[in-house]
Amino acid sequence: MKPRIGVYICHCGLNIANSVDVASAREFAQTLDHVVSARNYTYMCSDPGQSLITQDIRELGLTHVVVASCSPRMHELTFRATVQKAGLNPYCFEMANIREQCSWVHSDRVLATQKAKELIASAVAKVGLLVPLEERQVAVTQAALVVGGGVAGMQAALDIADAGFQVHLVEKDSQLGGRVSQLYSTFPTMERTADLLAPMLQRIHAHANIHVHTDSRVEKLDGFVGNFTATVHQYLDRAAQVSELSVGAVVVATGAATFDPIEKPELGFGTYPNVISSLQFEQLINPEGPTGGRLVVEGKEPQEIVFIQCVGSRDKTTGNLYCSRVCCMVAAKQAHLARERLPDAKITTLYADVRTFGKGHEEFYDRVRKERVRYRRGYVSEVYRQADKLMVRFEDTLIQQPVELTADLVVLEIGLTPRPETNEIANTMGLPRSGDGFLLEIHPKLRPVETAVDGVFVAGTCQGPKDIVDTLAQARAAASSALAPLCRGQVKVESATAYVNDELCAGCGICVATCPYGAPALNPRTGRAKVNAVLCKGCGSCQAACPSKAIRVMQFTSRQVLEQIAVLA
Amino acid sequence: MIDTQALVEQFGLNACIQCGKCTGGCPVSRKTDLNPRLLVYQMLRGEEFELTAREELWDCTTCYTCGLRCPKGVKAVDLIVGLRGQWIESGKIPTTLRGPLTATLNQGNPLVLAREDRTLWADGLDLKPMANGIGTLLFTCCENAYDPRVQPMPRALVNLLRAAGVDFGTLGLDEQCCGSEVRRIGESGLFEYLRDDNIEKFKAAGVQNIVTTSPHCYNVYKHEYGATEYQVEHYTQTLARLISAGKLKFTKKVEATVTYQDPCFLGKQNGIYEEPRSILKAMPGVKFIDMDRSRERSMCCEGGGGRMWLEGTNNKVRLANDRIQQALETGANMLATACPFCFLTLSDAVIATGHENDIKVMDILQIANQAL
Repeated sequence: MKPRIGVYICHCGLNIANSVDVASAREFAQTLDHVVSARNYTYMCSDPGQSLITQDIRELGLTHVVVASCSPRMHELTFRATVQKAGLNPYCFEMANIREQCSWVHSDRVLATQKAKELIASAVAKVGLLVPLEERQVAVTQAALVVGGGVAGMQAALDIADAGFQVHLVEKDSQLGGRVSQLYSTFPTMERTADLLAPMLQRIHAHANIHVHTDSRVEKLDGFVGNFTATVHQYLDRAAQVSELSVGAVVVATGAATFDPIEKPELGFGTYPNVISSLQFEQLINPEGPTGGRLVVEGKEPQEIVFIQCVGSRDKTTGNLYCSRVCCMVAAKQAHLARERLPDAKITTLYADVRTFGKGHEEFYDRVRKERVRYRRGYVSEVYRQADKLMVRFEDTLIQQPVELTADLVVLEIGLTPRPETNEIANTMGLPRSGDGFLLEIHPKLRPVETAVDGVFVAGTCQGPKDIVDTLAQARAAASSALAPLCRGQVKVESATAYVNDELCAGCGICVATCPYGAPALNPRTGRAKVNAVLCKGCGSCQAACPSKAIRVMQFTSRQVLEQIAVLA
Repeated sequence: MIDTQALVEQFGLNACIQCGKCTGGCPVSRKTDLNPRLLVYQMLRGEEFELTAREELWDCTTCYTCGLRCPKGVKAVDLIVGLRGQWIESGKIPTTLRGPLTATLNQGNPLVLAREDRTLWADGLDLKPMANGIGTLLFTCCENAYDPRVQPMPRALVNLLRAAGVDFGTLGLDEQCCGSEVRRIGESGLFEYLRDDNIEKFKAAGVQNIVTTSPHCYNVYKHEYGATEYQVEHYTQTLARLISAGKLKFTKKVEATVTYQDPCFLGKQNGIYEEPRSILKAMPGVKFIDMDRSRERSMCCEGGGGRMWLEGTNNKVRLANDRIQQALETGANMLATACPFCFLTLSDAVIATGHENDIKVMDILQIANQAL
């Protein structure tokens, strides 16, 4: 039976239509072999766009569909569902990427249109050769792994455990609590962190579904969504105790590091004992800290305190171009605490911008100023000593004058940075990082907790700087995303997998060595390779490596690919 | 009327967030109207800008602190030099600069002295002319070549290099100004002439390595000549290297408590903080103590950016005088430096503040030569 192909060309508003003549592309598509319908539309992914496709499938009896639009990463799943809805096999579908690979990168309309036509012709040549594939499901291991025992990890673990699933909570330190346990109180409510953490810890330790692994690290993660195997090393004495955990989903909540202000030598950190970081201030103000909560530096109560914002953040010289999102409010909170302890001290906060975007934050900033905390606009250029005082030099940009401010305590509001071991974490899990060094979500708005690895989710400051409020919200989002496969009990696995032609296979084992997922194995009885379709991701490495052309990937067979290329030549 | 928009583009000023870190860090902003942040803002606003009414543009020492501190990569100092360039182009060259600039073109030095007198400092030293096969060129700053107060420094360097068995030559009367200060004054045409001419001379003499007496020559050869044929070292790097290789040894005791002025062109601009200190610490008898403001927080002597020939708008306050005070506070009786400009400004400041009996300014070369 000859294929009956429909071609649907998307304008993507003006994203494609601006540099590609879509009407001319449609006329061209109409002339291609086996094409019975070709249409163009402003947004093919919209409901009316999708109905053009389903209507044609039903009315014209299409057997295969090509959508020429954006990258398959964006909408392949959308359109597979569309054709399935109209009764076609979702694998009898092909996308031609005329946006990312054409309209967005070319400005010459004539040439861009020509390229779009060739990409469409190429997709049409391939699509007719595609065969229906069966959708496959595998059972899910109904347990989760949460990496990192800070507030994000603890909250995610609790949510998953409360839904009735087993959770392994792996923490590298000997105790849970993470960064929050180093803080004294939280903005803007001034709630003590101890009051926040205690009930969480209590519930975690009492929870029958949560297994806490402290002093432990995930050294390896194998498998795929629904069926991961995590190799966890627990470092109690010198030798690591190794355990293998089977889980269906993973939440990564490994947190962030804090900026080391020694990298800003002009600020005198490490030189003067009364220049401290905001993290050190938290210990200083804590009644359970070394001074019993008395605000004393070098044995004296400071009378002139200066808080310096944006230390290490928004700064090309440190390579941290981003705003750390918490420091403005930490500074406000710490100024408030300082005022509480020292009613007569002169307290100044030096800033370039004050960013108080969270719920109740601006109101807190208003309150702190009423408490006689002076905000002066200017980044600090230098801290040095004059007699027994520190001198903080900056330009008060509002009066346009360089100023020397005396101080006996300087607090540096340090930003958040990716943990130094982020690379190891990313490599272990197979996760990409964004330009700022943090772990990368798939889409900042649409898929904020999902990663490039199906079944692995991110939460908290390992994904980017954020406060406790946002961290917990993201943790609960990650937990609920991780729960989806666990609750369903089954996950779809890739149908376009590799298979071996027994008659051609010589049993050389090159595919076994090549496959990154361990899918092919040599059958000891027949001496030939066999692919475990559950492990296969359809990446095609084996097909490229096989010297006797015995191994093939469905939807990417040599014939299909060569036809696709032939049209371009 | 200047084209502010063109300057905004040329110097990437749109990146500025007006945080003031440049002005706060500017060493002369404490004494004059120079405000790098405000200059950038005036360019961004595109307001009418009367160049010649802005005398304070000549106060900048091009120490580069503004550019190094900026969190957004803006180099206000480059804008200032650019504005000076437009001023120079208009022909209204500040009086005290006319002689030095003309002499640099005609005589190869800004001290307004004769080209044929350039090698007088080396009388009796019997220096080899630079030629192929000699690895290293000793390059003398114009100040060191002509000013008797700083002529002992290159003589000391000759002695030290010979003691370490280093084969080197000089350009003799072919040596001329490196153009670093000329460029910072804004005379870019003259700078380009000097650069091209010097590169030709280096090539002709087969120069592969250069050792400079001044951080200013070092900086311009390293970063602003765009040449790849040679390697350049400031002498503090050379000596530190020779000491750690065991080729240079100090035997005589230097009984002094020594502190050190980081030249901006060596420290802040090139991160060379350790080498000068390691040389001083290698001398027997030296008790080394840093000033509170040192290394990245060091303070400019006001000798750079053409200020050797310009008083600036406020000569009542001199940073070098403050610097002497800061050096005295350490308890040091010797203030070492590694730059002829620093040496001259600080030596003047010792006299101006009446501390001749309390502290002595020395170039590391002089001290090292004594310790040999």
